[in-house]
Amino acid sequence: MAEEKKQNFITNEEKNPYIKYFRRDRLPTIFCSGCGIGITINSFLKGLESAEMNLNNISLVSGIGCSSRVPGYLKCDSLHTTHGRAISFATGLKIGNPDLNIVVFTGDGDASAIGGNHLIHAARRNINLTVICINNNIYGMTGGQVSPTSPEGSLATTAPYGSIDTPFNLIKLVISAGATFAGRWTTAHPLQLSKTIKNGLLNDGFSFIEVVSQCPTYYGRKNKLKTPTSMIKMFKENSINKRRAENMSEKDLLGKIIVGEFVNNPREEFSEKIESLSIKESGKNTIRKSAYKI
Amino acid sequence: MTTELFIQGNEACAMGAIKAGCRFFGGYPITPSTEIAEYLSTNLPKVSGSFVQMEDEISAIGSVIGASWAGIKSMTATSGPGFSLMQENIGFAMISETPLVIVDVQRGSPSTGQPTMVGQGDMMQARWGSHGDYEPIAISPSSVQEFFDFTLEGFNLAEKYRVPVVILADEIVGHMREKISLQNKIETFKRVMPKEDPKTFLPFKNIETGTNPMPSFGDGYNVHVTGLTHNELGYPSTMNPEDHSNLVKRLVNKILKNRKDIISCEFKYCDDADIILISYGASARSTMEAVKIGRSAGIKIGYFKMNTIWPFPEDEIDKISKNVNDLIVVEMNLGQMVHEVERIVKDNARIHLFSEIGGTLPKPEDILNKVRELL
Amino acid sequence: MIQINPDLCKGCYICIEICPKSVYAISNVTNDKDIKIPFPENEKDCITCHLCELECPDQAIYVEDKE
Repeated sequence: MAEEKKQNFITNEEKNPYIKYFRRDRLPTIFCSGCGIGITINSFLKGLESAEMNLNNISLVSGIGCSSRVPGYLKCDSLHTTHGRAISFATGLKIGNPDLNIVVFTGDGDASAIGGNHLIHAARRNINLTVICINNNIYGMTGGQVSPTSPEGSLATTAPYGSIDTPFNLIKLVISAGATFAGRWTTAHPLQLSKTIKNGLLNDGFSFIEVVSQCPTYYGRKNKLKTPTSMIKMFKENSINKRRAENMSEKDLLGKIIVGEFVNNPREEFSEKIESLSIKESGKNTIRKSAYKI
Repeated sequence: MTTELFIQGNEACAMGAIKAGCRFFGGYPITPSTEIAEYLSTNLPKVSGSFVQMEDEISAIGSVIGASWAGIKSMTATSGPGFSLMQENIGFAMISETPLVIVDVQRGSPSTGQPTMVGQGDMMQARWGSHGDYEPIAISPSSVQEFFDFTLEGFNLAEKYRVPVVILADEIVGHMREKISLQNKIETFKRVMPKEDPKTFLPFKNIETGTNPMPSFGDGYNVHVTGLTHNELGYPSTMNPEDHSNLVKRLVNKILKNRKDIISCEFKYCDDADIILISYGASARSTMEAVKIGRSAGIKIGYFKMNTIWPFPEDEIDKISKNVNDLIVVEMNLGQMVHEVERIVKDNARIHLFSEIGGTLPKPEDILNKVRELL
Repeated sequence: MIQINPDLCKGCYICIEICPKSVYAISNVTNDKDIKIPFPENEKDCITCHLCELECPDQAIYVEDKE
């Protein structure tokens, strides 16, 4: 390597545009090399900036799993809860203080297996939460077990002969349940993803953003996609925009990832309904931080 | 000034909650506790509070923990099956030191059991229901008045020690109607906001008293709350034996070192008694009646009513056991608190169990017959 | 000017894969985890699209805008 290139390696000066949002004393993260969670964090932070929102005014809530470790790395109020239950904690947090902007980081197992009931009910209520579901099609934290979104035939430590389950289509699930905003991108589409996250943050209601993401360590290694780059490449090659997909047959769409924004259809938000009831019955908004006063 | 009312136990509990400052209820319908949710769905909006019916008991307690971190005194109410579902998140509330109140209106059990009948089968679940080492606070009312008073007290203890507090009521206390009197002036414990600069504040500091002030979300403290073993900053520290030991011991000791402040008991005729009856909750009513009848018949018996179940009133039970021949524990299960009594009393006195299951209260005469067998 | 922080880089090489101008290559420089750090071999081709910053999972890249 040429001597002049040394100027490219710098450790004492951190100018990366996203690092200022991190709890620097906790880096590096526990995420494996090439994990898609870091890309999702960057896209979230970029989306936050374009929505002109401040991380200081955001509360992050998560459950259990790799994706649920995100809140612990960012400089804001953060609640790292029990497996599958993040959305229920977030529901109480939002109703308890409707002024908070709440983002839930979750994964495919956390949101749609153990937490499936809370996901659909939050969508039904249209409570103003932005749920970012990092879907890597596998349980990464526990070492590579099959998940509700693992493609049929894919290999996992608990599907050694290939998955025989039918995977969930998370976007269809939340739209049927009443989500007012839903979008899906992959980690190979960080710009589009950040724009969709921005739109989700700005939707005054339940927003669900699925990020199809790579787990090279477990999903990739088991399914002939050993490197992060091969997974990113696969995402690029297999993604089809929603508009194009509309004119394609189900057969042609087999194995494809349909990306885009699927619904943006606002209706009255849940915590606002609670506020309205309080105004009607007590003449005032719901009380804020009353534990310190009464 | 006092006001007198003739109301149902569950209503009294809900009224007590509002008086205590409860402004959030998240729950799921379950007999025999549902009237608490019904009352609060009507009355919380009138005091600028929030009511939400969640999709199950797991999310009910989840929402209560969330609302508590929003800075609101929060509560849920349930019965045995729902209490079972809440156990994992109760552990989360313990390790994250989240103040909240859980009302468990007990039914005949196990499983779905006897939804409309009384039982006291959840005593040990309140102690050990979640995994790991922790010290819960649980209090058990015997009357409609106490259901009001203890709910109020439950909120004060929850806020003072930053713990979930369980009100171990039962179907009789929940559904019975009695006259209660309400003091117009009520003392509530207000949550303590940290005074330190958010930049230097340690939210989970290993302090002598054990209980740290608590910021809420949105106050600028950027607090990280996790169910993982964490250090004083709140950051996960799962591989450091010292951090784990310091955290769990602090959580346990903040309760144990304050037993005197937390524990409340009620006793009568214990000074000259040969036999003392120990009970709690609805069965304490039969027990107190048995003692009254027995005393008028010249039998030297007394009663000891545990208002606080957990932490167990060890010193108090030890003290009364020293001067008697026999202790009879009266409870509506096949023997739960009797084991705790045995653990403390050892050879001080003979210990007997009067057990009544099936969904009816023990009859005072039956308890007295047990006493007469020992005379 | 492109800066890479070897302390944060985990060597996934996504930057090499996604750069539309093939600016990056693997260098012989290693960090304390013995990971070969990528470097902007063809830095002059960089169009400062900042995609590598967004795609770097470990916040290890900084791309300075050209004057």
